[in-house]
Amino acid sequence: MTESTEETGRHAGIPGVDADVAEAAAAERDIAVKVGDDLIEVKNLTVKFGGLLALDNVSFTIKRGEILGLIGPNGAGKTTCFNAMTGVYKPTSGQVLLEGRVLNGLKQHKITRAGLARTFQNIRLFGEMTALENVVVGLDARHKTSVVGALLRLPRHVREEKSSIERGMALLEFVGIADQAATLSRHLPYGSQRRLEIARALATDPKVLCLDEPAAGFNPAEKEELMQLIRTVRDDGYTVLLIEHDMKLVMGVTDRIVVLEFGKKIADDVPSVIREDPKVVSAYLGEPEDDFA
Amino acid sequence: MSMVDGPTPLHTAKADQAAEDRGAVGTPPGSSAAARRSGWFGGLGEKWQALPRQKQWLFLILVVILAYLLPIINPPLISTEPGNDFPLACQTMAVWALVAVGLNIVIGYAGLLDLGYIAFFAVGSYVTAMLTSPDSTFLKIPYLWTIPVAMAVTMFFGVLLGVPTLRLRGDYLAIVTLGFGEIVRILATIIPALKGQVGFQNIGHPPGTDASGIPIFSNSNGTPWYWLTLTILIIVLLLAGNLERSRVGRNWIAIREDEDAAETMGVPTFKYKVWAFAIGAGVGGLSGALMSGQVGFVSNAKFDVVTSILFVAAVVLGGAGNKVGAILGGALVAYIPLRFTSIAEYKYLIFGLVLVVVMIYRSHGLLAARQQLLAYGQKAYAAVKASSDAKAAKAKTGPGKEAAS
Repeated sequence: MTESTEETGRHAGIPGVDADVAEAAAAERDIAVKVGDDLIEVKNLTVKFGGLLALDNVSFTIKRGEILGLIGPNGAGKTTCFNAMTGVYKPTSGQVLLEGRVLNGLKQHKITRAGLARTFQNIRLFGEMTALENVVVGLDARHKTSVVGALLRLPRHVREEKSSIERGMALLEFVGIADQAATLSRHLPYGSQRRLEIARALATDPKVLCLDEPAAGFNPAEKEELMQLIRTVRDDGYTVLLIEHDMKLVMGVTDRIVVLEFGKKIADDVPSVIREDPKVVSAYLGEPEDDFA
Repeated sequence: MSMVDGPTPLHTAKADQAAEDRGAVGTPPGSSAAARRSGWFGGLGEKWQALPRQKQWLFLILVVILAYLLPIINPPLISTEPGNDFPLACQTMAVWALVAVGLNIVIGYAGLLDLGYIAFFAVGSYVTAMLTSPDSTFLKIPYLWTIPVAMAVTMFFGVLLGVPTLRLRGDYLAIVTLGFGEIVRILATIIPALKGQVGFQNIGHPPGTDASGIPIFSNSNGTPWYWLTLTILIIVLLLAGNLERSRVGRNWIAIREDEDAAETMGVPTFKYKVWAFAIGAGVGGLSGALMSGQVGFVSNAKFDVVTSILFVAAVVLGGAGNKVGAILGGALVAYIPLRFTSIAEYKYLIFGLVLVVVMIYRSHGLLAARQQLLAYGQKAYAAVKASSDAKAAKAKTGPGKEAAS
């Protein structure tokens, strides 16, 4: 990513985004890789379900500070790739490295703590918790209070509880739903639920934020708002992996795009090149879009 | 405060609907986080949350004093006499309440359906019996020391059962725990040292005698036992409340709500499920130790699976997830057969019917309050409410805005 300064400059200009809020929501991140270097390496990732080859020898990298789009027609293996990266599926072969550290075989919660957070395509919030509590569960990933510490309310517990209220509210404000902090997440409107998912994932203080079709079910105006939120997230120093099959959204927001078809990578380039790539056009753009349901 | 200037047109329709949903359950949108359910006690939790902290404490202290005085007052209509001694009935109720509070951690918080909770109750009873009864060949220690030992041993059993079985979910876990409940009872029958139906007599009790030389904690004197159990119950409640409003409670509820999502959010789900099992088991063992001390006799006959189901019924009846509800449920399930002795033999029929009715009309139990999961959440919520109230007062906007507040 070469335009980082320009992006940050634009940061303050984005309507509705408070630079102070973005500052408060940003955490102290200790990332070994420099901006622009490879943060995540996916190497020859293969996933088989029985005889079905869902993901065939896919390799790509995610550079620190960029928004990488992962696109492809329905059933191309986008979510499978995602799940293999975040530890939901065990890859048949291949490796996922975060800052050079192999993530395969780690438990999911360890992968999250290593710095890879995700949202879900079908919203999976904790329905009986308030918006703020949902976010604090994400924050807890970085907390160290033990069961005994909580039982006896030791100083570390008190400190972490207090800071998590502040950080949690800042994150809710960052995604724009702070006024609904006390609402049970299952009572939130759909758009707020999507935003809460992003806030909850950000709360785990990820190095890479993986968004699985965050705009599903949105109308064009809401998609536009979401794009701005994603840009703000990136400007805040996060690296974003975005799965989406709305081409307009992807072209508008990403720095680079990886295209999958039938489990294989068919292209990997900047949006303007992807747009012209005949393979991509025939595989994907030629198909009617059906995501405006 | 908000960064979006009110919801977009599409939002409004959805927000309206959400507001309608909330209206239907009797809570105005934007009110406190608690009490979003309707019913006979609808709004009770909300009113409680709205009280200032001092009033809450004052009310609680009154309730506690009344609870301590209960066996002495022996209120006429409530009393179980002449059929059953009332102080002893109080003790039984307190023990059942303690059992329900322990089981509530497993079922209500972590969402693990444990049908074999009686096993932990049994282990606690047997530990106390074997360490104090003259019938056993083990070394003897004072009764009060057996309580922590019983808790430690049952926690160990909780981990022992949890580690292999907590990889299972839902119905499968329920079946395995049901089996575990039976295994403990059968082991008590077939292992000679556990003395099967013969059991252990003259189990120990706390020290102290009154003026005439009779032990204060005798088997027939319910009041001191009740006070002891009630005190322990209050301590357990406070500690359980600490856990609830912490990372531990939040992780448990997250596991209950969506285990996969919890794992993805960095919750070590397996570890916290084992903790829930172990802590629940510890409380079960504690109540077993208290029960066996008061009764003075332990044999395998008391630990049947049907009692285990009654434990679950107590939690579900009171309101799974709410510790005050669990106390109510536990006390009720113990109280009804003692109060109405003529129908006591039909108790399973009655509790079955009651459960069906409660599930139809009040599927979250009698006292269904949401957990408070943040130690310092009230202030944050109050601030949010104040700011949105101010905003609503400043600019009278569309209904969508209010619903979103």
